[in-house]
Amino acid sequence: MPQTPGVDRNAFTIPVLAIAVFGVLFESEQLTKAPPPDKKVHVQYWEKWTDFEFDAMKKVVDAFNKSQDKIQVDILSISSIEDKTLMAISGGIPPDVVGLYGENVTQYADNHAVITLDDMCREAGITKEDYIPAFWNVGVVRNKLYALPSTPATTAMHYNRELFREVGLDPDKPPKTFDELFTMAEKLTKREPNGHLVRTGFMPSEPGWWNWAWGPFFGGTLWDGKDKITFNSPENVEAYDWVQSFSKKYGASAMQSFQAGFNGTFSSPQNPFMTSQNAMEIQGVWMYNFVHKFSPKLDWSAAPFPAAKPNLPDPTVIDLDVLCIPTGAKHVKEAFEFLKFVETQKGLEMLCLGQKKLTPLKKVSDGFIEHHPNPFIKLFIRMAYSKTTCAAPKLGIWSQYKDEITNATSEITLMTKTPKQALDDVTNRMQPMLDKYLARLKARGEE
Amino acid sequence: MKSISKKEGLAGLIFASPWALGFLIFMGYPLVASMYFSLCDYSVLKPPIFVGLDNYISLFKDDLFWTALKNTMLYAVLSLPAGMMTAVILAMLLNTKSKGMAAYRTFFFIPSLVPQVSLAILWRWLLDGEHGILNPILLKVGIHGPNWLGDPGWAKISLVIMGMWGVGNAMLIYLAGLQDVPTQLIEAADLDGANSWQKTLNVTLPMISPVILFNLIMGIIGTLQVFTVPYIMFPNGTPAHATYFYTEYLYDNAFRYHKMGYASAMGWIMFVMILILTIFSLKMSEKHVHYQG
Repeated sequence: MPQTPGVDRNAFTIPVLAIAVFGVLFESEQLTKAPPPDKKVHVQYWEKWTDFEFDAMKKVVDAFNKSQDKIQVDILSISSIEDKTLMAISGGIPPDVVGLYGENVTQYADNHAVITLDDMCREAGITKEDYIPAFWNVGVVRNKLYALPSTPATTAMHYNRELFREVGLDPDKPPKTFDELFTMAEKLTKREPNGHLVRTGFMPSEPGWWNWAWGPFFGGTLWDGKDKITFNSPENVEAYDWVQSFSKKYGASAMQSFQAGFNGTFSSPQNPFMTSQNAMEIQGVWMYNFVHKFSPKLDWSAAPFPAAKPNLPDPTVIDLDVLCIPTGAKHVKEAFEFLKFVETQKGLEMLCLGQKKLTPLKKVSDGFIEHHPNPFIKLFIRMAYSKTTCAAPKLGIWSQYKDEITNATSEITLMTKTPKQALDDVTNRMQPMLDKYLARLKARGEE
Repeated sequence: MKSISKKEGLAGLIFASPWALGFLIFMGYPLVASMYFSLCDYSVLKPPIFVGLDNYISLFKDDLFWTALKNTMLYAVLSLPAGMMTAVILAMLLNTKSKGMAAYRTFFFIPSLVPQVSLAILWRWLLDGEHGILNPILLKVGIHGPNWLGDPGWAKISLVIMGMWGVGNAMLIYLAGLQDVPTQLIEAADLDGANSWQKTLNVTLPMISPVILFNLIMGIIGTLQVFTVPYIMFPNGTPAHATYFYTEYLYDNAFRYHKMGYASAMGWIMFVMILILTIFSLKMSEKHVHYQG
């Protein structure tokens, strides 16, 4: 084969490669280049929400950005927000606003990782009188305000009307007391002759998110507010005796085996409430969203959770998402301007309606209830004013305490320990931790 | 001559410096810092306060520390031999000469490429006592499958079985080792009239013993640090802390309870344990490991 004289293919390789490399570099530089400065102050906002919950907040953020021309809030959805915020704050590069969980506030406040908002709120006219007390209180630690409510939730009994009818119960008469709950649950439960559970009426461990709330539902406390862990008080023991009575009735291993399959199915069509495998359960205001999404034909209702004792009616768990300004934030003033916008009735209703929750404010516009898709929204609002509300105790060691309670509940339902024994164990474990925690606070001059 | 080698040495150091610097900044500093933090009350958000050996003393009195340690050790004792045996047997089978071997090797290696999170979710579905696929299959052959995930005793066994599924990496290393066994040795054994069991025991295994030692040490390190799969499959160590492992307690202390000092102390105890076990394995192996050449 004749060779073309004077043309060496290799001679082209390097220039072509070089051009390609420069091309890629140029393009990536264009893509990653910071946008031109717009003279606005950019407020970084980290939020834990995703999906429609994120979209609801994005709308509020957009509305704020449009309402003025000096501040631009950049919202970012962050997973495991409590861990990442912790790292960002200790690394000295926190966002300007962060959306935490209400139960994290004390832990952050103890370490001064979030700033107090009292003075700014006073100046801006944000007062506690405007809020439902149960929600406002979540942000207050040792009489100082560290967090403002974003979206709140209360819990109630959710029950399957179809199953009620099937076993001859009146779907308009859900249980009102714990005794009624137990007997109705028995009627609704379906078992095979070998004891294998096919359907449960009610299980205290489903969904198992508020294992710590059973004590307060019976009038117990988790902490005396000062220096004593009170988890093994008689009221709490009574509560967990009740929890264990279900295992005694249906068999610990039968319940365990039945329930093992529900783990991780909450946000899916396999959720046992939606598949009619569990007839009654304690759930929050958000449950409507999931039923609507995964099982829109389900015939269900919500009602106040039954009372354990006549003097403790309408027991409910207070659950709240909050907004905080981390210590070391670069644009505190601008961040608070944004919080001020969110905390208006218009801002909060836009957000809470978007997330289909209730509003933390006492004042509720007619439109809010009218446009709210959850048919039981009034019930959830009413629950927020209940006398028997329980919220996470304001202890920096709460996350560990809660884990201990979860484990104790597991031991109680598995019947590996008696309730008294399990509660004593948790108390004995947590008391030295509380002592140490209080000593640390004292050493820092905070009591 | 001398100056050239000096120059070369300098050049070598300069070329190696990105790695050396990276190691010092991202590994060396955290290592030393964590040693110091383990002697402090440190929440990450506040400057550390020196408390001496307080964290270590508290750890030895902490029941959950012992529970987590016991769980981890038990898991390692079950999982390490099971995993190693599976890997060796698979590697030997895949080292035979038969048709389509490349495809078989790929099949057995693929599971180890599955991300741990997907693995955890997948096995949750397979092992689920109520709706899982495994128990109905077992029932067909007359076995009443246990409550794999809900029973405190079986939960750990489930993790061991899942661990065996991901032996692909170890298997590959054994396979490489097996291919390195000189054929003349096998042929010599053949001439001496050894059967295949004798050949495996007296030729193959001694020849791959350095590889076994390597995998043993990597296995000790890996199983003692088991984290991702149990963390996802068994939140909070359910049922009743039966699957609560050392690294989970370490993670919870560091990032959820804000006790970085306590967690650092746990890290150092783990480091010392692994170090002792490794030295022990190396010492024990002196008589049993044969290096070629």
